[in-house]
Amino acid sequence: MMHVRLLGDQGLLFELDGEGARQHHEQLVFLCEMLERQRPPGIVEWIPGFAGVAVVYDPVRTSAKAVERWMRRQAVKWRPDKEKVARRVVEIPVAYGGEWGPDLADVARLNHLSEDEVIRLHTAPTYWVQMIGFVPGFAYLGGMSARIATPRLATPRPRIEAGAVGIAGRQTGIYPLATPGGWRIIGRTPLPLFQPNSAAPSLLNMGDYLRFRPCGLEEFCALQAASQTGNPPVKVTWEHGGGMSGEGEH
Amino acid sequence: MIRVLSPGLLTTVQDLGRPGFQRFGVSVGGALDAVALQLGNILVGNPPEAAGLEVTLQGPVLEAETDLLIAITGADLGARLAGKPVPLWKSLWWRKGEQLTVRGKPFGARAYLSVAGGVDVPSLLGSRSTYLTAGMGGWRGRPLRRGDRLPIGSSRGQVATEGRLLPPSCRPVYRQGAPIRVILGPHQDAFTTEALEAFFNTPYTVTPQMNRMGVKLDGVPLTHVKGADILSGAVTCGSIQVPADGQPILLLAERQTTGGYAQIATVSTVDLPQIAQALPGDRLRFQAVTLDEAQRCLRRQRQFLRLLRVHVGL
Repeated sequence: MMHVRLLGDQGLLFELDGEGARQHHEQLVFLCEMLERQRPPGIVEWIPGFAGVAVVYDPVRTSAKAVERWMRRQAVKWRPDKEKVARRVVEIPVAYGGEWGPDLADVARLNHLSEDEVIRLHTAPTYWVQMIGFVPGFAYLGGMSARIATPRLATPRPRIEAGAVGIAGRQTGIYPLATPGGWRIIGRTPLPLFQPNSAAPSLLNMGDYLRFRPCGLEEFCALQAASQTGNPPVKVTWEHGGGMSGEGEH
Repeated sequence: MIRVLSPGLLTTVQDLGRPGFQRFGVSVGGALDAVALQLGNILVGNPPEAAGLEVTLQGPVLEAETDLLIAITGADLGARLAGKPVPLWKSLWWRKGEQLTVRGKPFGARAYLSVAGGVDVPSLLGSRSTYLTAGMGGWRGRPLRRGDRLPIGSSRGQVATEGRLLPPSCRPVYRQGAPIRVILGPHQDAFTTEALEAFFNTPYTVTPQMNRMGVKLDGVPLTHVKGADILSGAVTCGSIQVPADGQPILLLAERQTTGGYAQIATVSTVDLPQIAQALPGDRLRFQAVTLDEAQRCLRRQRQFLRLLRVHVGL
């Protein structure tokens, strides 16, 4: 079932039942792909969220009714077997611990694990990008193991470097820009998550999958140098959605 | 070039924002009072998307390095040119070497300085707006500082006209206590009947906690049926979100793209300038309108701006 809510005079919020289920996410990804490829004139942009997707439209060029009708027509086109279509899997190299991950030791201690076990649990799953928000290029990821869930810092840090990989509660994420933040930082990736001068400014998009991979100091520096040339060496593969649950108990 | 002798409280380069990238987490941003900026552009003969300066409350001291045709629109913040008061809503010459100061009792929160040719900073993701949170766009991704020298574009083909005046009947009126028209929702069902009654029947005061992202309001606390948190999702310009303390936060142009608090209502696009110009202590009253009514007003406003452009030969 799709529910429609008014988001002011230029937006509609479409919500789907069953948030948290993989099928719900896949259906939302499908709707966003239809918006990307086949949107009718008058739709300005769309913003995926956890429960649904908001569609921004120009009320001079189309109407709320027409947008709703179009979205409902797309929603009934979706079939569960669409989940088998190939999806982008982005590999994120991470230098864990040390100066890059000052909170790795605390995450290990609070969860009664060794640091190596935290790294193993963090790199094991295939995560999926639920939505992008908060700041440019920040991906909300599904699929983290509950065994490394850790509360936020009591006092946020005034500055967290771009590329920092953190844990907050049951979420893990990567800071695309240097900002203040309260996440427990366990490592850092040399890849740029957000490149405003690129036509595709965000490395990660809703519907992508992601895997973390540990990398050493030398590789980190090499990748960082390569990234600064504006052509970061990002490893992307295409895999089928079904059976990619990894270790995350979601 | 415009030379910045003193930056004022917060002066930034703004245009109509960068829509189209919210799904990547990029805020739309742009002038908070987009109507005032568009009127300024019309007065100096610019296209609608030309960038100007958004001046907040206490203004800058600026010096022209060449003769520039300018217009000041939005709130009256006490602008003076070479010591003499500058009329608002009118195109006039700012001669080389003259100083423009903005320092007076503010009758609103934001004034716009439009310059023929526009402020010529590089376009980023389709816009020249300064995106303060992300430190990108506009002039070096930050507010103006002393010593900055802003490049001005050439006013291609447009005849610069001095003395173009927007008639008083066409000027926006700010802070006169007219109710702010809102569209209910998207999460009206997250609030108690008492909360909805209070929201529409009691005033909410603008607090000093205001910036380009939003304005915190203070009034009768709005109670939720089952808590303030929702699954994070899209917000928009004018979204009125209510955290657990019950005090509404009204989101403006440079908001985050997504939020996690229930939103009781959304300000109609045509009334957003009223919010952008509100000062701490102002009392806002909210009035529900239908979607049709809000869109009718918006279409009328767009048509007015279009006719005005045609009228002055743009």
